Amino acid sequence: MANVRPKADAVIVGLGWCGSLIAEELTRAGLNVVAIERGPWFETSTDFPPSVDTDELRWDTRRGMLLPPAIETTTFRNNRSQTALPTRDWSLNELGYNVGGSGTHWAGMAWRFLPFDFEPYSFTTKRYGKQQLTEGLIVQDWGVSYDDLEPFYERFERIAGVSGKAGVLNGKQIEGGNIFEGSRKSEFPLPPLATTRLTDLFTEGSNKLGLHPFMVPAGQASQAYTNPLGVRMGPCTYCGYCLYYGCGNFSKSSPNACVIPALMQRSNFTVLTESAVLRANLAEDGKTATGVTFLDRNKKEWEQPADIVIFSAFQMQNVRLLLLSKIGLPYNPETRTGVVGRAYSFQTVSGANLFFEDEQLNQYIGAGALSVQVDDYNGDNFDHTGKGFIGGAGILVVARGARPIGNTDAIPPGTPRWGSEWKKAYTHAFQNGTFIFNQGTSFSHDECYLDLDPEYKDANGDPLIRVTFDYNENDRRMAKFTEDKAVEIGKAMGAKIVNGFDSAAVNYGPYLPGSDHTIGGAVMGTDPKTSVLNRFQQSWDVHNVFVLGASSFPNNAGYNPTSTIGALSLWTAKAIIEQYLSKRGPLVEVAA
Amino acid sequence: MQRRSFLSSALALAAASTLPAARAEVVSGGQPWEPGQANVPALPAPRQGGLAFFTQAEFDTAGAMADRLIPADDLSIGGKEAGCATFIDRQLAGDYGRGATLYRLGRFVKGTPEQGTQSPLTPAERWRNGLAAIDKHCQKAFSKGFAQLEGAQQDDLLRSMENNQLDLGTDVETKELFEQILANVREGFLADPIYGGNKDMASWKMLGFPGARYDFRDLIAKKGQKLQIIPTSLIDNTL
Repeated sequence: MANVRPKADAVIVGLGWCGSLIAEELTRAGLNVVAIERGPWFETSTDFPPSVDTDELRWDTRRGMLLPPAIETTTFRNNRSQTALPTRDWSLNELGYNVGGSGTHWAGMAWRFLPFDFEPYSFTTKRYGKQQLTEGLIVQDWGVSYDDLEPFYERFERIAGVSGKAGVLNGKQIEGGNIFEGSRKSEFPLPPLATTRLTDLFTEGSNKLGLHPFMVPAGQASQAYTNPLGVRMGPCTYCGYCLYYGCGNFSKSSPNACVIPALMQRSNFTVLTESAVLRANLAEDGKTATGVTFLDRNKKEWEQPADIVIFSAFQMQNVRLLLLSKIGLPYNPETRTGVVGRAYSFQTVSGANLFFEDEQLNQYIGAGALSVQVDDYNGDNFDHTGKGFIGGAGILVVARGARPIGNTDAIPPGTPRWGSEWKKAYTHAFQNGTFIFNQGTSFSHDECYLDLDPEYKDANGDPLIRVTFDYNENDRRMAKFTEDKAVEIGKAMGAKIVNGFDSAAVNYGPYLPGSDHTIGGAVMGTDPKTSVLNRFQQSWDVHNVFVLGASSFPNNAGYNPTSTIGALSLWTAKAIIEQYLSKRGPLVEVAA
Repeated sequence: MQRRSFLSSALALAAASTLPAARAEVVSGGQPWEPGQANVPALPAPRQGGLAFFTQAEFDTAGAMADRLIPADDLSIGGKEAGCATFIDRQLAGDYGRGATLYRLGRFVKGTPEQGTQSPLTPAERWRNGLAAIDKHCQKAFSKGFAQLEGAQQDDLLRSMENNQLDLGTDVETKELFEQILANVREGFLADPIYGGNKDMASWKMLGFPGARYDFRDLIAKKGQKLQIIPTSLIDNTL
């Protein structure tokens, strides 16, 4: 017989960015909220103060705060003719396993998506016609527009303490910012971070080519800051220990630094840590969830009853929870019916490796989002007529820290990987080697999807998620096109050696260079036949279940996902408070 | 309180595991925080001298390999003197060596190159089996162990492993073994000295890497300049 906790107004599965943002909103509205987090509590002063944070082996090489594959991993195959096998070791999957989630260790690139990214089908068919879409490509509008989300992006940026410079303010273009961005109603809460030699070289080189470089919006506080929740952040010290690390300065935007200190003061909020939710439970008629079942740290099974169930457990785990809870019809790639697991996408990466001759890049000085980018080839910012693809990439350099262990193979091609020649080349590359990174759009395909693996299970005996994915023709063409652009910029920067690279030129693999942005599988939309959630991220099938995360995106933009995930979480919070609490039913009616 | 003694007393509180330490389970009404606690790195005993995992012969072979992969030259001391073998010994005795973070359930079936490693071996097992196979090969080919070979012979052997041209028996994946050895030797050379290698921060001095420093606001404007920052480490925070 299961143990049963007192009923909550809302239970939140996973206390990362989504979970903490919506918990803050719902508790402020008076709801009694319980969050359940699989990982442990994290406290800046105890777990990653400056005295232990400067440790590449522990936090970066050994992924010290990330979710170990031993706890949960995925199985993978490129296509349905193969048998999926477990991703047994550290890979491109970089999930959190702690209060704060991956928001604790992320790099901090805090982007708004473009208007195009939310309505790719409408934009593409209007500008180019349906013939622009390659075979099997999944391109569909989200049900929300950039304009819908603009106020929520602003709120997220203020809570997170994002540093940047507006490029389009109330419709007016502003020099120094990103002239391609969706129009903003206000400036960033903090001015941009400081520049470095590397960012200067990229700025000069791209200016020479007539492109429009700008400082990337950064989730690192450029100066001391108090956010709207009354939480104080410290100024970034450019320590270079950012991505994979917690921030000991309280200057990297994170749930831990920005939301949780305010949230924990509320008597109507409780978090259960080291407790793994197994599934949501449904009422007999299947129309609502009654709560969730979880295992506590002693592996004892408990029930947490609740009137509202929110999955905010990261993209991959959200899809898994939906499948294990039997919410929504799983996608069948043979019949092309069903929705859960459908429209899985990624981030298409290409770029160029650069080696200068006599530079002092001092790359140990940096921050996770200390970066300059050009958006001239992103989204639909350029004319795709005759090019045979849609989408594009943000092209950037980033001064993110030195990684002495991580960069040991970042040497010119043909250089020996050990011996005295290696030492000499690596010492030179430490100050002269860098790369241009194209972070490209990713559209899903009928053959790319997630489901439950038929064989491999986790330690609790539940099936792992099986990933069936490879790059599609549209994204391959885009990656090649933008690779050439990166090479042009690298030459304009004056690098002695410029070598393009294209991760989409070969098969996708979880251990190959790419990105950690896994997207989709429980997408939002306007049609229950092609989406799992409506425009408020509410399940079409079980009206008191809401799913927050990048699992909602039907396609990925040429940007990091976090601010969009945050904005959508705040958008859903508002819908729950202002509409759902009084209605307790579907918020969107669909014509029969 | 002296920083060094703070670390060693805090060590007693930290788990020896590298997996997240247990904390509060039901948290409400404030943030659980206690002064004096720190999530220090897991450092399995022994701290000073002795071997935690390797036999003496294994330790000597690992050191000899480290000295060819990262030789002593005018840029820095070699991998042996830098303590790479000590570093690897400590790593293999801990959670890393045990493969604590690896998914090791289900059938082990070899797949496509993209699907990556499907080996049941932990890093400690790969090292132990690998060193035994290399020793067996060297005894057969040269009537000596690896550590007794000439430098050029050692280089040839390592190169043939790197190129997957050396058959070390059906139980050994030669290329994977080479990559394991190279990765751990590099880590031993470049990680913080607290883990047993990178003696006197030799690699950081070679590269010009400042190590365990946290505030560059006074230096970030000195773009493109040679900064000559004296490095410091987690156990040498005297500067």
